[in-house]
Amino acid sequence: MTTEPAIRAHALGRDFTLSTGPLLRRTRTTATAVRDVTFTIAPGETVAYLGPNGAGKSTTMKMLTGILAPTRGHLTVLGLPPSRRRTALAARIGVVFGQRTTLWWDLPLRDSLALTRHLYRVPARTHTARLDHLTHALDLAPFLHTPVRQLSLGQRMRGDLAAALLHDPDLLILDEPTIGLDIVSKTAIREFLLDLNTRRNTTILLTTHDLSDVERLCRRVILIDHGTLAYDGDLDGLHALAPAPRTLVVDLQHPADPLDLPGARHLRTQGPRQWLELTGPPAPAIAEAAARHPIADLALHEPGIEDVLARLYRRPT
Amino acid sequence: MRLYRAVFANGLRRHATYRAATAAGLLTNTVFGLINAGVLLALFDARPHINGYDAADAITHVFITQALLAPTAIMGPPLELGERIRTGDIATDLMRPAHPLAWWLADDLGRAAFQTAFRGAPTFTAGALLLPLDLPADPARWAAFTTAAALAVLIGFALRYLFALAGFWLLDTRGLASLLFLAGPAFSGVLLPLVLFPEPLATTMRALPWASMIQFPVEAFLGKHTPPELAAGLARQAAWAAALLALGALATTRATRKAVVQGG
Amino acid sequence: MADTPDRRPAPPARTYLRLIWTWSRAMAQYPLSLAFLGLAQSLSVTIELIAVLTVFGHARTLAGFTATEALLVYGLAGTAFGTADLLIGQVERLGAHIRSGAFDTMLIRPVSPLVQLAADEFSPRRLGKLLPALACLAYALATADIDWTPARALTLPLLIASGAAICCATWLIGACLQFFIAEAREAANSITYGGKALTEYPLAVFGTDTARWATFALPLAFVSWQPALHLLDRPDPTGLPEQLRHAAPAAALLLTALAALAWRTGLRHYRSTGS
Repeated sequence: MTTEPAIRAHALGRDFTLSTGPLLRRTRTTATAVRDVTFTIAPGETVAYLGPNGAGKSTTMKMLTGILAPTRGHLTVLGLPPSRRRTALAARIGVVFGQRTTLWWDLPLRDSLALTRHLYRVPARTHTARLDHLTHALDLAPFLHTPVRQLSLGQRMRGDLAAALLHDPDLLILDEPTIGLDIVSKTAIREFLLDLNTRRNTTILLTTHDLSDVERLCRRVILIDHGTLAYDGDLDGLHALAPAPRTLVVDLQHPADPLDLPGARHLRTQGPRQWLELTGPPAPAIAEAAARHPIADLALHEPGIEDVLARLYRRPT
Repeated sequence: MRLYRAVFANGLRRHATYRAATAAGLLTNTVFGLINAGVLLALFDARPHINGYDAADAITHVFITQALLAPTAIMGPPLELGERIRTGDIATDLMRPAHPLAWWLADDLGRAAFQTAFRGAPTFTAGALLLPLDLPADPARWAAFTTAAALAVLIGFALRYLFALAGFWLLDTRGLASLLFLAGPAFSGVLLPLVLFPEPLATTMRALPWASMIQFPVEAFLGKHTPPELAAGLARQAAWAAALLALGALATTRATRKAVVQGG
Repeated sequence: MADTPDRRPAPPARTYLRLIWTWSRAMAQYPLSLAFLGLAQSLSVTIELIAVLTVFGHARTLAGFTATEALLVYGLAGTAFGTADLLIGQVERLGAHIRSGAFDTMLIRPVSPLVQLAADEFSPRRLGKLLPALACLAYALATADIDWTPARALTLPLLIASGAAICCATWLIGACLQFFIAEAREAANSITYGGKALTEYPLAVFGTDTARWATFALPLAFVSWQPALHLLDRPDPTGLPEQLRHAAPAAALLLTALAALAWRTGLRHYRSTGS
């Protein structure tokens, strides 16, 4: 085992030059997608790379995979500078884009996977064993012979994951791996990734908009906003960073006017159900509500990571 | 009517966004015009008169042809309708309070109007600047040509509409597309003026709808016809347009019924 | 450790063959469609041939070339472009791949993106263009008045290979434009398909100026015109020296080097702009 980090980014930045306007009077403006990002990821870590749309997530992913050359800063992935050693690096990492497939659209999944084996030069014997394992773990058997274009989104994503893992990469980079999937597929993929990380110690870096992915999979969160690092640490720390209030949901027996309770702010009403944001301890508010109306049910919601992030993103920078 | 005017305007605007592609297309049309004109100039240098054409007629034919390629879409592209049928998006189109044929015609006329103004006319102008083309002084010839070109656009639309609807019955329309866009240039006068082909091939080609899309409008431009011949040619174009559009309307009815029965 | 993947990249030629084999097998799943599309491509070549014969039927000779000699020119051009179309014709879809993001997925694999691009969706139907052109070439070689010295016979494959290489390079250079201008595909067509149209007729037909440009600026003259002059052992009607007809391999190498440079520059541009 080497102690070399899986990813080391130091003061990493990336600008884009935009040309707009008519051909002869073009104006060039420079937009910064990633301003200054520094982080290190150790082998075996599972890290979520989060941020609002346009924060620089995709640009970072493209730099990590060597598709884009950084404008400034220093970057090594598995000890290699991605943009100069793209091909060498490609053989050691697996990449999955949730928005588009890395499989060949018109080929049956089986052919796509066989091609992948040749492109990554996986020995036949290893391939057979690994394909068997992945077919079982990702339940690929029912659609191995189906052309990729006919697969459902969930099937395609499982196929993509298999293709990205056939060469047993040390680092798996996932860009929105669960986007558009149903709950069952999402859960299956999360459990698979968790198992992969536990058994093979594969480093996983993922971007996502689904925070259940993060809660289930990632021990560490890197938050990027406006091209800079906004947070790097565990999930609990993220909660502390922008404490979000708890929500009280009251189901009255009959619809009523918005409740005005001590230590609670009314959020919205839907039929007999009302949502309130707690600004103080819940007991006085609940007592007051019960005193005024017959109550059918009560629920107290802890803030989710969505609420925390929503507050963080809204914060001026 | 206001609806279709809006669809027309939308078709026009949509193509106006492809500025670089339009410029590139203009370049391609001009280059091909020059190459084809080069061959025909050499030919007419060896044989100054062939079946009523001379060198000026031939190179004018070439540039009118290049100017009409985009508006008539004789070499493609097919209507987007075909793709919508393939993906099933057509189901939402059928729910619109408009006849699909009229809707797509208005959209395609918008495209043709844009292509005429920004690709056809500039291509011809480039040809006229580079080569001694035959420019009619008689406004009647311009009028005859404009009418013939407009009818050619209608025929071009009707053919591509029928082809797109074939997607309701055929699983894979790529083979049909390749044949359609092969027959177009060969039988219309794009490849060579039809007057150069021997009989009975030339007469046979003239009997097909494609000749009404290029060869006849070119001859109207060149003033090759007596007024009765011109009227007969325009009537033939109108008959092709009417027949193909009627067939399109019939196919629409059948296709809609099929879509409703199969649930899209 | 025999069971770990070989981390050296796969050799490009083997990758290419593997890719086109896989694609051919996939296309062969629909034999009827494949045959139909191949037939349509053959027909397009046949129609062009009819046009050439029609023109020569009226003119008898153009630029001193008879119809049979014109078929030699057409056969050489058709073979060269047919080969380029078969092998790397798909590179013209670069712009579409960039827009759809598919090009990025080619960059994350440990093999040359050029090989992946050229082999993408390879279809044997493209043989439909090459085979009639080859037949035309064979017919013209057999019937035209060629003095078959051993030297001439031996240079023939070299001339054909040079012509194909020039066409491949032209095609690639045209495609590389799309790294810089996304909608350049049709502009590139005026070079690639325009070049094809130009080489299908004896070049002198287009006049001395065009012949000069097509010799020294974009060396398309070496695809069909100079080889035909060499095979027929005829002086150049545009007055260029006869030694030039031996320059086809050199022109091919030069243009291939230029195409490689265009690809590298384009790829670097893409990876530095991400557009």
